[in-house]
Amino acid sequence: MAGILIYSDKNDYALELLTAARIITASSGLDVRALSINNDSQAEALAGAGAEVCKINNTAIALADASALANAIKQAVEKLDINTILLSSNLRGRELAGRLAQIIGTACLTGVSAVKLNGDKLECQRNALGGATVATQYIATEKKVIAIVPRSFEKAPAGTGKISELEVDVQATPGLKLVETKAKSEDSVDIEAAEVLVAVGQGLNSKDDLPMVEALVKALGGELACSKPVATDKKWLSEERIIGLSGKKCKPELAVLLGISGQVQFNVGIRDAGTIVAVNSDENAYVNKMADYVLVDDLHKVVAELNKILA
Amino acid sequence: MNIVVAMKQIPDLQQIRIRNREPVLDAVPLTLGNIDKNALEAAVAFKESHGGKVTVLSAGSEDLEDTIKEALAAGADEAFLVLDDELDGADSEAIAGILGAALNRIEDKDLIIFGEGSGDNYSGQVGPRVAEILGIPLVTYASSIEINDKTAKVVRSLEDCEEIIELTLPAAVSVLAGINEPRIPSVTQILKAGKKPKEILEMDDLGLALAEKQVITLSNLAPESERKQILLKSADELVKALSSQSLIGR
Ligand SMILES: Cc1cc2nc3c(=O)[nH]c(=O)nc-3n(C[C@H](O)[C@H](O)[C@H](O)COP(=O)(O)OP(=O)(O)OC[C@H]3O[C@@H](n4cnc5c(N)ncnc54)[C@H](O)[C@@H]3O)c2cc1C
Repeated sequence: MAGILIYSDKNDYALELLTAARIITASSGLDVRALSINNDSQAEALAGAGAEVCKINNTAIALADASALANAIKQAVEKLDINTILLSSNLRGRELAGRLAQIIGTACLTGVSAVKLNGDKLECQRNALGGATVATQYIATEKKVIAIVPRSFEKAPAGTGKISELEVDVQATPGLKLVETKAKSEDSVDIEAAEVLVAVGQGLNSKDDLPMVEALVKALGGELACSKPVATDKKWLSEERIIGLSGKKCKPELAVLLGISGQVQFNVGIRDAGTIVAVNSDENAYVNKMADYVLVDDLHKVVAELNKILA
Repeated sequence: MNIVVAMKQIPDLQQIRIRNREPVLDAVPLTLGNIDKNALEAAVAFKESHGGKVTVLSAGSEDLEDTIKEALAAGADEAFLVLDDELDGADSEAIAGILGAALNRIEDKDLIIFGEGSGDNYSGQVGPRVAEILGIPLVTYASSIEINDKTAKVVRSLEDCEEIIELTLPAAVSVLAGINEPRIPSVTQILKAGKKPKEILEMDDLGLALAEKQVITLSNLAPESERKQILLKSADELVKALSSQSLIGR
């Protein structure tokens, strides 16, 4: 009896989904199948982690064509007798989740950060009310589509799996043409992996003040991160460095938040940090309530002083 | 060029208070989702430079009739509303079904614009679901849209790459919050908004009935926060505090 199918366009996320699927099926004895679409290296990686992989190779399915992808997965779901589909809740995965749930005719949860099988209910946790709350929800329909936030689970360890091929019949979506794909900036920093994060917000006066903050980052042995507007509006730092609901979810041991107001959409990305320091000139800033240590002062002055002491 | 913008009525998130970890929603005013406002701005800016019409489409409780004035003041020409008091908090599947049925009633629609996710739930399902229902192409996560006569060129901004995609109209797009800066309507615009045309339907009119919820919420609580909130006076005190915890100087 088959049970769970996992799919992500990203190899690492697929390996995380494999772990999630195994946790869910541990007590139920359901099967786990992994799907890779036009991605042989992923099929190998998943088989190398002990997964039973079905691989689809079909030139009609382009990664940019989420509707075609959803159709391919739907056919796999039918052929493999699947009830639960786990996808990654990165941007492609989130779109795919909605489409797949629609064409299967079922409910869907995206942005899920934890799952637990409680009897026959698969309880999922996700942020709600813009991140102010965490909701525990389950899907009542027999078939379920669940998209899981990247890095919520460890990657599956090595094992011995197998690969088989699966045929699907899919047409490319008419009226949608990929003209070009451009890689984003080379800034491939991984703020999620950092043990120390120094994050700047719109309290920073100008881009010219970044070197001073970078010096502090270096002294603390961490990585530089930011609130969303610093990257998307001001474009002082790359989007890779955004903490929060639409950025990264980080769990550093130490987070130093400089000139950040502490809106919920930011907070959800840092609330699991070990120790939080907030430096903000406003004594009533919301960020102060979510910090262990609070300095009500001008961040530029504080950073200069810290750099002096730590030098 | 007729553009339909789908917007969601949500509680004003800035005004939600937490009491005993429970969100307190009584007396919180309703507004439209932030990113939905970016979607509207994209449509209105295009209309201003190229002409055409902008219709705002929304499904929600009766309060929507009032809430939608925000969109009419910010440049939408008319509203198409589906009202039912059960609709606030309905499943994405139900809402997508309603919007799909409503869109089938709107004759001229070259482009449908969504926000990439609602302000409250940020689930991002409705746009993709509606595209599947209508069988039209959709590009999600747009950081720019260039509309031509029969096509639109959209930059889709993903975590690690940008895709430039050409769509044949009619089509749909969901936009990122960073795509533009939504305007703040003037007082005169707000006053005039009440007079703009609204077409109001109920579920019956669309031949629909609200299905039972398929996403069941067991609890919805603010995460426990046990932060120390120790107020320090200087950088020096901070360094001492962090060193004593071996967080620096390792
Ligand atoms: C759906 C959605 C998703 C979002 N996702 C994210 C996300 O993932 N990440 C994110 O960050 N945001 C996100 N946002 C935006 C979020 O709501 C806030 O707008 C944003 O986090 C604010 O950034 P900020 O704190 O840097 O700026 P502001 O709110 O402008 O705060 C600046 C702070 O700096 C302080 N300050 C000013 N000058 C100084 C000084 N000299 N010294 C010290 N302090 C000073 C001010 O007191 C203020 O508290 C999202 C919003 C929506 C609607």
